[in-house]
Amino acid sequence: MVPISTQGQGDRSERGAPALLEVANVEVIYSHVILVLKGVSLEVGKGAIVALLGANGAGKTTTLKAISNLLKSERGEVTRGSIKLEGRSTTDVTPHDLVRQGCIQVMEGRRCFQHLTIEENLLTGAFARSNIGKSVREDLDRIYQYFPRLKERRKSQAGYTSGGEQQMCALGRALMSNPRLVLLDEPSMGLAPQVVEEIFDIVGNLNRSTGVTFLVAEQNTNIALRYASHGYVLESGRVVLDGTSDQLLANDDVKEFYMGLSGETRKSFKDGKHYRRRKRWLA
Amino acid sequence: MPTPFFVLEVALSGLLAGLLYSLVALGFVLIYKASGVFNFAQGALVLLAALVFVRATEIFDAMGPATVGFWAALLATMAVMVLVAAAIERFLLRPLVNQPPITLFMATIGLTFLIEGISQMIWGSRVYTLDLGIPDEPWIIHGLYIGKIDLFAAAVAIAMVIALAVFFQFTRIGRALRAVSDDHQAALSIGIPLNFIWVVVWSLAGMAALFAGLVWGAKLGVQFSISVVALKALPVLILGGFTSIPGVIVGGILIGVSEKLAEVFVGPVVGGAIESWFAYVLALAVLLVRPQGLFGEKIIERV
Ligand SMILES: Nc1ncnc2c1ncn2[C@@H]1O[C@H](COP(=O)(O)OP(=O)(O)OP(=O)(O)O)[C@@H](O)[C@H]1O
Ligand SMILES: [Mg+2]
Repeated sequence: MVPISTQGQGDRSERGAPALLEVANVEVIYSHVILVLKGVSLEVGKGAIVALLGANGAGKTTTLKAISNLLKSERGEVTRGSIKLEGRSTTDVTPHDLVRQGCIQVMEGRRCFQHLTIEENLLTGAFARSNIGKSVREDLDRIYQYFPRLKERRKSQAGYTSGGEQQMCALGRALMSNPRLVLLDEPSMGLAPQVVEEIFDIVGNLNRSTGVTFLVAEQNTNIALRYASHGYVLESGRVVLDGTSDQLLANDDVKEFYMGLSGETRKSFKDGKHYRRRKRWLA
Repeated sequence: MPTPFFVLEVALSGLLAGLLYSLVALGFVLIYKASGVFNFAQGALVLLAALVFVRATEIFDAMGPATVGFWAALLATMAVMVLVAAAIERFLLRPLVNQPPITLFMATIGLTFLIEGISQMIWGSRVYTLDLGIPDEPWIIHGLYIGKIDLFAAAVAIAMVIALAVFFQFTRIGRALRAVSDDHQAALSIGIPLNFIWVVVWSLAGMAALFAGLVWGAKLGVQFSISVVALKALPVLILGGFTSIPGVIVGGILIGVSEKLAEVFVGPVVGGAIESWFAYVLALAVLLVRPQGLFGEKIIERV
């Protein structure tokens, strides 16, 4: 198997500049007793698209919420490890301040404000910004360029728009905060393959044209790895595999367990003999 | 047989009284929508606002002309209500964040007694008169008696609702408030600071309490029973739905009108004062038929 590394994500050079996001050995406990993340480490380079893969309950959402500091409101807590945004620790930074620093999460299930119109939803995304007024208007137009469908539906109540439109709305709303890093949680959830393709296409476009970095949690391994440069595979709260997308796509275990390409009966990833070969993470 | 004219007069006085209930209920709805907290202390806030206003008027009247004194006292009381809101957020809501709604409900019951206790320490338990400068004589239009103070109350309630509607619909903070009431987790995730939002809604509820307190205080004198009368807002809420601002207006009017009509026309038949409990019976009846209230927000469900 090819050696696995995280080098070369986006424009992050090997000159030793810190990654945009560094997650090291993070442990998360819910309600003081439920240990969910057991030492997750990952890096996201500036300007990259990185995929966070794993089955149901692997801990993808928990990892993203640990980064965006949304765990507290769910009685979850980071009990060990560190999370750094551009070298600065995010412990004790409120979600409001994190958004102002450029890190925003698009939550699983889209979570648009159902009784607000699409345009109002987008505008709420600019709430945390300090520059309001004209530049907000300009950004709104920019969002409409990326999502022409949203422009058509701008006066509709979000609750009455389609799943795909709501996903676009949630993404557009996050972009209205002028982020540098978007934590995108399962954008493909419940959407038709064609719509999923459309969403990822927009993500790819945004990434290329504006340099926004994405960490995308996905169960849809295939499409996520097509757009991402790197991927991490989570299982039961641990990173069991990581590498460039090409490496992961070529990996037999990934093929078998996450893309269903092998005809063998399904078994846990842990049974695979390659499992132990994974890179040992920072002590 | 009562003349239609008399019925109209009774209904009208009920309508005006009902708008006052709406004003108190409005405070409940604002807080409930933005934080899911049922604020039992709204009645106590009405009392507190009225007492603060009385004290502020005393202070400012001693300093200058009465008209200036009124506005100065009004502004000062508003400022106090905002401070109270900030204190409630800091010392009550923030420590109890993520607790179940029942815990927060209990906390607001505690808050009620705290506010009443502190008020009693500062103001004692005597009845204060509150003079808004509105004469207590009714207007007589084509023989129809309309209390001036009732009319003032209605105007204040309507103005407040219009102001709120504009605020919610067209301002950045108003939009954020609606976002929070739709999905507070999502609002948090896009950087809307919930603490700030809570201070805003409790301040707005404080304003609603202030206006209700002014009118009630002017009618009945400022006394501790105000916070009990404020519980009339409950049937209004049940009728109007806990989340609807137009709902509490219509609910308040319905309760006010039907309770007055019942008092005048049904009361003598059943031989008792039914005004004090009729509203609750009406609310119960509505609850049985429409649990979400007449105007409860429709939950959007796509299929
Ligand atoms: N608030 C919570 N309290 C207790 N346990 C939780 C909580 N949230 C999540 N968990 C548990 O943590 C584990 C990881 O959940 P998480 O939502 O992070 O998984 P996921 O990888 O995002 O899964 P999915 O693909 O289904 O979204 C699951 O076993 C889940 O039951
Ligand atoms: Mg998830």
